[in-house]
Amino acid sequence: MMVVVDNVVTAFGSHVVHNGVSLHVNKGEIFGLLGGSGSGKTVLMREMILLNQPRSGRIEVLGRSLATLDEAAKQALRLQWGVLFQFGALFSSLTVLENVMIPLQEYTALPRGFIEEMARMKLKMVGLPEHAASLWPSELSGGMKKRAGLARALALDPKLLFLDEPTSGLDPASARGFDTLILELRELLGITIVMVTHDKDTIRDVLDRFVILGEGKVQAQGSYTELMGTHSELMKRFME
Amino acid sequence: MQKLFVLDVTPSCCRIVCQGEWTHAFVSSVLGAKAWGEVKQKAVFDFSQVLSMDTAGALAWLRIKKELEVRGVSVEKVGIPKKMEKLISLCQTHSRHSLKTTPPSFGFSEGFVVLGKQTEVLWRAFLSFVSFAGGAMYALLKTLTKPHKIRFRATLYHLEQSGLNALPIIIITALLIGVVIAYQGAVQLEKFGANIFIVEMVGIAATRELAPMIVAIVIAGRSASAFAAQIGVMKITDEVDAMKTMGFGPWEFLVLPRVVALVVAMPLLVLLGDGVAIFGGMLVARGELGISFVEFIDRFQETVALKHIVIGLVKAPIFGIIIALIGCYRGFQISSSTESVGKYTTISVVNAIFWVIAFNALFSVLLTELGI
Repeated sequence: MMVVVDNVVTAFGSHVVHNGVSLHVNKGEIFGLLGGSGSGKTVLMREMILLNQPRSGRIEVLGRSLATLDEAAKQALRLQWGVLFQFGALFSSLTVLENVMIPLQEYTALPRGFIEEMARMKLKMVGLPEHAASLWPSELSGGMKKRAGLARALALDPKLLFLDEPTSGLDPASARGFDTLILELRELLGITIVMVTHDKDTIRDVLDRFVILGEGKVQAQGSYTELMGTHSELMKRFME
Repeated sequence: MQKLFVLDVTPSCCRIVCQGEWTHAFVSSVLGAKAWGEVKQKAVFDFSQVLSMDTAGALAWLRIKKELEVRGVSVEKVGIPKKMEKLISLCQTHSRHSLKTTPPSFGFSEGFVVLGKQTEVLWRAFLSFVSFAGGAMYALLKTLTKPHKIRFRATLYHLEQSGLNALPIIIITALLIGVVIAYQGAVQLEKFGANIFIVEMVGIAATRELAPMIVAIVIAGRSASAFAAQIGVMKITDEVDAMKTMGFGPWEFLVLPRVVALVVAMPLLVLLGDGVAIFGGMLVARGELGISFVEFIDRFQETVALKHIVIGLVKAPIFGIIIALIGCYRGFQISSSTESVGKYTTISVVNAIFWVIAFNALFSVLLTELGI
């Protein structure tokens, strides 16, 4: 299993976000974290990628239990996943191409020309036009920022990819393009994907399984067809 | 390090058995390998023993294939798992680039082009600042006719932030400046036995020139940067645009409160700076030259004309306007990148200090020539 979340409790001050959340993500799966605003989807994802810490409970990513890792082990783990933040989170002092090149430059021994070629390929893979490579992040539209962010997340061919609302703010055609891209990446690179999403097309067409978070708990867990049967009321709220 | 391929050369054909992990961590050894020079005529790549491949591995193979084909070697691949085949074809479709970047050539004539462009940039920056300052003045006049539009609360807020909160640092710097002039002066004056002239020296230098300058420089460092950063972040978060669409003018809401706050705060701070600097001088005069406080103040009243203090106080609000306008102007230049916040904040401080010093020099020359 790629990710295991076991009985996680998270609270900010007296505000309890998760009150015993458990879930698991299988290898090669596209897994969704769903829930209303403030249900703690993004916080849960941030806990998986070592940005936040749960108050109690256990989170295991790629077979390593996060709470007990030392700094070197955390660093090794960080190189095995890619993260796409909601607004791309590109480094504004670097061009788009440099944003994609930097993980490769820092963590591989590949020659510079090859790294540049790889970065250009990744940018093209995520559907950015070639001229975008030399642009600055501030010159990109929201959708292009996301694509560039995805290219950066894919730079080191991660086994595990975390996406925070990958299709929000994209026009329908681009959003479906993004979905196709995600499916293609999973197919070709064998990536496991965990995403926070609200997009009902993505929920229906892309996710293999997902959980619905609410009131600090997992309200439902399963595939789209399963949950449409067992939790039709709850599902309706998301699919409308 | 693992070996990623084994070459098996025969006169007519070269069989390359690929193995191990063709991933970004290892493929650099493939790229630089000298072995490719031995491959002639025909190359057959056997992928059946490759454990894993990622995009870096696929791209590395494509690159080698291209190199070989350029040299006239025909390339074939055999025994490749379906997934890898797909990955390679994915990489192939996305690795064709039409754009070629050529580094710009730089010669003698290009130097003039750069010079011309820079001159134009400077000229435009000057024009846009003049128009910004004009806009601020216009907004000021407009609100003066409708006093209920003046943002009193915002102005008071900035008065507190830029004026009141600056008191400790102003007091310390002004005191030190007073002490330093008096100290250096004391050594020289003592040689002539002209001890009492310390009063004129400290009195005139501090009130006319140094206190206004020091206060302006401290305020430029504190407030110009703060104004630029505040407005810049508001621009990045679209707050400024939100204001515009709701019909709140950025002039009235953002610029005028800051300008007015500094115009009011600066003379008060300079007055305080005058007093503290003179007090610093008095301390040194008593300690080093044996001039008592009473003697110092008597002499001060006799010899230091009021005009020196007035000149210092007249300059203060002008410095305030310069600092506030430059801070706000640079703030509005901040665009959507976080990097530009740092850039323009720095520029705002450098510009504000420069123009304060430049205007001070102008005043100094002008007033002395006029005999004031």
